[in-house]
Amino acid sequence: MELYRSHVLVCGSTGCVSSDSLKIIDLFNKELEKHGLEKEIKVVQTGCFGLCEAGPIVIVYPEGSFYSQVKLDDVPRITEEHLLKGLIVHDLTYKEPGKKEASDSIDDMGFYKKQQRVALRNCGVIDPEILKEYIAYDGYAALAKVLTKMSPEEVVETIKASGLRGRGGGGFPTGLKWEFTSKAEGDVKYVACNADEGDPGAFMDRSVLEGDPHTLVESMTIAAYAVGANYGFVYVRAEYPIAVKRLQIAIDQARENDLLGEDILGSGFSFDMEIREGAGAFVCGEETALIQSIEGRRGMPKVRPPFPANKGIFDKPTLLNNVETFANINQIILKGADWFAGIGTEKSKGTKVFALGGKINNTGLLEIPMGTTLQETIFEVGGGIPNGKAFKAVQTGGPSGGCIPAEHLDTPIDYENLIALGSMMGSGGMIVMDEDNCMVDVARFFLDFTEEESCGKCTPCREGIKRMHELLDKITEGKGKLQDVDKLETLAKTIKKASLCGLGQTAPNPVLSTIRYFRYEYEAHVNEKMCPAGVCQALLQFLVIPEKCKKCGICAAKCPVNCISGVKGKEVYLIDQAKCIKCGACLEACPFDAIKKG
Amino acid sequence: MKTFAELEAIRKKAQKDVRLRSGSGDVRVVVGMDNCGIEAGARQITIALMDEINKHNLQDVTVTQTECLGACRLEPMLELYEGEKKTTYVKLTPELARQIVTEHLVNGKTLKSQTIGVFER
Repeated sequence: MELYRSHVLVCGSTGCVSSDSLKIIDLFNKELEKHGLEKEIKVVQTGCFGLCEAGPIVIVYPEGSFYSQVKLDDVPRITEEHLLKGLIVHDLTYKEPGKKEASDSIDDMGFYKKQQRVALRNCGVIDPEILKEYIAYDGYAALAKVLTKMSPEEVVETIKASGLRGRGGGGFPTGLKWEFTSKAEGDVKYVACNADEGDPGAFMDRSVLEGDPHTLVESMTIAAYAVGANYGFVYVRAEYPIAVKRLQIAIDQARENDLLGEDILGSGFSFDMEIREGAGAFVCGEETALIQSIEGRRGMPKVRPPFPANKGIFDKPTLLNNVETFANINQIILKGADWFAGIGTEKSKGTKVFALGGKINNTGLLEIPMGTTLQETIFEVGGGIPNGKAFKAVQTGGPSGGCIPAEHLDTPIDYENLIALGSMMGSGGMIVMDEDNCMVDVARFFLDFTEEESCGKCTPCREGIKRMHELLDKITEGKGKLQDVDKLETLAKTIKKASLCGLGQTAPNPVLSTIRYFRYEYEAHVNEKMCPAGVCQALLQFLVIPEKCKKCGICAAKCPVNCISGVKGKEVYLIDQAKCIKCGACLEACPFDAIKKG
Repeated sequence: MKTFAELEAIRKKAQKDVRLRSGSGDVRVVVGMDNCGIEAGARQITIALMDEINKHNLQDVTVTQTECLGACRLEPMLELYEGEKKTTYVKLTPELARQIVTEHLVNGKTLKSQTIGVFER
């Protein structure tokens, strides 16, 4: 066996791979060889560390030194200084926003301190393509426990007692789903995993698949044992090539090692699974549409009941859970239902992974106990808002979640609280907005997405979202009337009530929540024909501030439509509002800040 | 893999391979690895230490390096930390490094003849 004195972990997930982390791995290996260190130091390609903002990330153990935004040129320095001589290269380690000095170790970083990693426990810790690394971190121990010491009923009871709820959106109690499927009648049953992560900006499922694919293979096998299934499907979008590749490697490794297939490790239980790739339609994240797509049909939702637990894939009883839900199972089996139920709030147990994006310092993936407040999440883990701007709202739950304003920042995050605020947990997207975001424009932006993704089967969603979108266009163009805001509200409520599936039932959330919390912005758009955040182009005015104007003429020279008049050195310049195309070139060009947007 | 027992055996071995990622163990051997140390042969000391530690399967011992320890004329040297306790060994050879592992780390006896106290007296 080889003994190494240091491990160099390099993120090999989509985010860091896009900024050349694979080349960094190659270069580290070459540099180590050059210095004769290849037998002492091991380079490990891992999954996502979560702090994608700082990628590509390299962590050196045992010190836990966290190198961020590593460039190829930095690799020889880290090798010579740190790996050869043991000197941490301080100017390359990560400095947290607002801190004077870089942290010496990952353990000291604010981003990780409040986190509790259950679903993401192995992401950024193990090499996802090596089975032994997964086994080292309790891999397949839960499966061993289930197959040797527990009856299927005991497994279902454990999941029920843990209080785990679906992490894909609805928050339905997972244990109940397992019970329904186990009690459903039928000789053939299926277990399926929803890895069709459709929310733009959300990538928790992708990270689990890329960073810890065996956890899904193991937990789906446990689920199959519990409900009496022998075959499973993972429905994942083809847009996730690294995730698909690593999951397939994990499935193949599990098969070769008797962890999948006939008579798993001599237990008498058999289970196998396959990947079904989807073309990437948002609606296929809805369970009945997903099932249709797995069956080879066009992905469109169906009326429920019957629920998948009774009539799912090929009309057989089917257990369908999301990736993050499955990623919690192994730990619940190993550490017990009480351990899991001890984390979180009364009705929302355990932890939740969030994809933090938008106007936030620490863009990335984080996992926090349920009940952590929005304030702690955004300002402590997330590192706050960049450039000293003021927080305005946070949108939770992806494109069909609601926008929550500053006065509710002290709300503990759980399923019920987010719904009470007009938003939802969804799959865990969290987009932060600052004073420069126009809430009407934000609502319109999200409807762009849901309008496009509506499958068209039911009228309220297909036509209703389009009409809402048109009304929002009108308002942002300054052509709106006050009645339009009321009309939007009525329309939104109708769509929520009358749509067939979750897509239509939630798509109006951005509109309803922005009207609820930011009605004054809508009113400013329709009454005063003004966009308070200065975003909506049609409502913008660029004005020269006469007291500040130095009569230099730079703005007039930059203006592409020659709408700025004045006399150089003699006369204050003036913008002709009728001709102005609101491009903002003058604002950027003025060296004296004498042009304002309003 | 055919049995659950086999799975557990693989786990035991695999855990040893990844132990470093949970940080340093209680016992740390820190080798002075600045230019003065490297010049005096600190690299060979490290290699010998790791080889011997591996032979004795000492799972809780971490080998790391540091900058100049301040007494360049006594290089190659190392500091051995056991919790709060520190022992400094100087003027090492690969053979002495191996002895430190077998005597100090395995048998718990300080190799008195190589401690810094002897040379600084």
